[in-house]
Amino acid sequence: MLTEEQIERYSRHIILKEVGGKGQQRLFDGRVLIIGAGGLGAPIALYLAAAGVGAIGIADADDVDLSNLQRQVIHFTPDIGKPKVESAREKMEAINPDVKVRTYKEWVSAANIGAIIADYDFIIDGTDNFAAKFLINDACVLARKPYSHGGILQFDGQTMTVRPGESACYRCIFPEPPPKDAIPTCSQAGVIGVLPGVLGTIQATEAIKFLLGKGDLLTNRLLTYSALRMRFREIPLKRNTACPVCGDNPTITEVRDELDALTVCDLKAP
Amino acid sequence: MNITINGKETAIPENPDRTIDSLLEELDVSQRLYVTVELNGEILEREAFGTTPVNGGDVIEFLYFMGGGR
Repeated sequence: MLTEEQIERYSRHIILKEVGGKGQQRLFDGRVLIIGAGGLGAPIALYLAAAGVGAIGIADADDVDLSNLQRQVIHFTPDIGKPKVESAREKMEAINPDVKVRTYKEWVSAANIGAIIADYDFIIDGTDNFAAKFLINDACVLARKPYSHGGILQFDGQTMTVRPGESACYRCIFPEPPPKDAIPTCSQAGVIGVLPGVLGTIQATEAIKFLLGKGDLLTNRLLTYSALRMRFREIPLKRNTACPVCGDNPTITEVRDELDALTVCDLKAP
Repeated sequence: MNITINGKETAIPENPDRTIDSLLEELDVSQRLYVTVELNGEILEREAFGTTPVNGGDVIEFLYFMGGGR
């Protein structure tokens, strides 16, 4: 049951016929995990908290660094040195005390990801390295958890939503990660600060639509965005029968760490 | 002949020997060694790049790795 104050807080949601009181209750009952509390994770966490998603998990082992603040809008200058998940939790709870935030100050790995995602309805990939992106895909496909993939670089981004067993997964398009250091990371190649705001907000929209059960999810489509050309494109996809994790004869039947792909964007040079 | 590359109709010189592999080189496609190629709606296995001809009217999408996020 919504309180008077909640009816006021969510009034702009509740008047939408696709949401209403019932939809707002579904958001309250929803459990979403954000992996990565950085560029993508920042707008995702802020919007999901503001929207009243009842339980939000956020996973990241890193601390806030000065070079993060150009794009990671959930972290403020006085947060430098603080664990990112703590900095994020403070802002999310300040926006909306209704929301329960659970923090995981760790990198996801084959050893812990199964237990972490088990508690959630929808997972969002806001990570910055291929090892994590492939791990999240495999874990979500194997556990049948719907999830949103997001990737950014320089002025370009891409995102797609995966409903395991129903729609194309990340490995349907990219069967294996590229070799370590083959593709530049944000720290090497740069990223325009507003870019993760656009992509992360789309990912948060997918989580909200999934919880509401309304509209069409970004499945079987890769949405690409070029900030320089100010152009969105949609590339139609379908499940790949040769996919190593969701195809007809999968070779990946349990999660594994893609050690060859392990690079972390924001790790400072030694 | 004309093909569609990433949504754009593109004229390329006639060349019966052209394969997906040689097209990637000809167009100097970025991430050439890792890019995923979707040909007429189907993801093409990398092993087939060298033997798959490019025909007029083909619809080709290059799908790039983007690993950033934080």
